[in-house]
Amino acid sequence: MSEKAYERVKLARDNQRPTGVDYIRNIFRSFIELHGDRRYGDDTAIVGGIGRLNDIPVTVIAIEKGHTAKERSARNFGAPHPEGYRKALRLMKQAEKFGRPIICFIDTSGAYCGVGAEERGQGQAIAENLLEMSTLCVPIISLLVGEGGSGGALALAVADRVWMMQNSVYSVISPEGCASILWKDSELAEKAAASLKLTAEDAKTLGVVERILSEKDMGTKAFYERIRAMLCEELEELSKDPELVGKRYDRFRRIGTKVEA
Amino acid sequence: MPLLNFLKPKNELETGGRSQAPVQQDAGEPEKKCPNCHKDIPISKLWADDLVCACGYHFRMKARHRIHLITDKDSFCEMYSELRSGNPLDFPGYMEKLETVQVSSGENEAVVCGTAEIGGQKCCIFVMDSYFMMGSMGSVVGERITSLFEYAAENRLPVVGFTVSGGARMQEGLLSLMQMAKTSAAVKRHSDAGLLYVAVLTDPTTGGVTASFAMEADIILAEPGATVGFAGARVIEQTTKKTLPKGFQTSEFVQEHGFIDRIVKRSDQKKLITDLLKIHNGG
Ligand SMILES: [Zn+2]
Repeated sequence: MSEKAYERVKLARDNQRPTGVDYIRNIFRSFIELHGDRRYGDDTAIVGGIGRLNDIPVTVIAIEKGHTAKERSARNFGAPHPEGYRKALRLMKQAEKFGRPIICFIDTSGAYCGVGAEERGQGQAIAENLLEMSTLCVPIISLLVGEGGSGGALALAVADRVWMMQNSVYSVISPEGCASILWKDSELAEKAAASLKLTAEDAKTLGVVERILSEKDMGTKAFYERIRAMLCEELEELSKDPELVGKRYDRFRRIGTKVEA
Repeated sequence: MPLLNFLKPKNELETGGRSQAPVQQDAGEPEKKCPNCHKDIPISKLWADDLVCACGYHFRMKARHRIHLITDKDSFCEMYSELRSGNPLDFPGYMEKLETVQVSSGENEAVVCGTAEIGGQKCCIFVMDSYFMMGSMGSVVGERITSLFEYAAENRLPVVGFTVSGGARMQEGLLSLMQMAKTSAAVKRHSDAGLLYVAVLTDPTTGGVTASFAMEADIILAEPGATVGFAGARVIEQTTKKTLPKGFQTSEFVQEHGFIDRIVKRSDQKKLITDLLKIHNGG
């Protein structure tokens, strides 16, 4: 069992998996990338812009890891800085202004841990996204396509629907980090992976995600078309829901309420 | 955690006046070494000075002690204390850990919530406790804080919150992570109702708590010298293979970088919070 969960972690980290940019290219028509947070810089770990989902204008935001060593380095291995989260929020607010739904693709081991990230308020940047996303009045769908690393992933996942690819993972801490803190032994990552309940099935059981997407024919045209159809269908439903924001509140409100009295 | 030893049980902290502040219990530890100036401070002196050394170093303080210090006498009325953690993921060793910590800390969870008056101003207050699993946020912490903000919004009360946390509680996995979103949404509703939230960041405020309600207040204060940051310093050193600059991730550092409003000494906190509450209550 424990090996299984850790196998999933390895699959989720596989650099051959489709990345955020692959999903954008194959699902949306005429994507226009928009750069920068208007405050400090442009984070290459987060790609954002406007595109069309069939004929619906949407704002798309993706954490991008890259495939090759060169790409991965250029993308900071998909570990965003505060300016990445601020760019994402800027584009999400723009989406709200123009009534566009928001679709996020998440694939990160976590928000970047570094001196500059702390100096520029990594915690504050994530906090602001959580705060603001909770009341954006346009539909938000977030897809975890690889790693969903803690607050750095959640900062793009305060959504009406959160979906996970079959072999993606979503966790409060990496299994290695957990094992090293709790058991002072990063070799116990397999045990930690199983204990953390980080697979797509676990997340669904815990009520954290709505849907698990099959990875059949992953990367093919059929695969992306299937996702496009699901997104269209879901957006159609969400777009006509007058209680959207209230339901988003309730979606998170009910998680972790079953505490022993 | 030796500071714990000289704290009396909670009821005396709640009911005792300022002059009857709890005294040390542990006769075996008459002095405490200050980690900053390295002087030995007699416990009685440390208590009289609200756990602040003459050099200005602020020792950590338990939640009940802080409530005693900040709120008006007999005004604190605790809420949500009936909520207790289970082990929703069957995480190995978590139940045992909770039981041990409940005994050693004298608390049943890492945050204490309720209503109180501060300088005659009615408010909701939450105070986290570093002696309970380093103030980590699991479902109960998230639920208590969310409920408090909802109560405050319904009753049109400001919220004063003292944070101290190592971050999200990993033994509750994704459920802990989701508490960041849940508490943030409640803070937003309270804020959108035009109500005031003042946070006081104390040592240490890190991880998922920094990345949620600690950084979402209208006015963010911090105690001098507190560690305030997102990622752990050790993790950053390992990731970047660089030595960290002096004073990195302190209250002073985050103020310099524009992320908190003011650093405020423990002895000045009650007066300042009272003033802030009054100003937002029509003067
Ligand atoms: Zn000292």
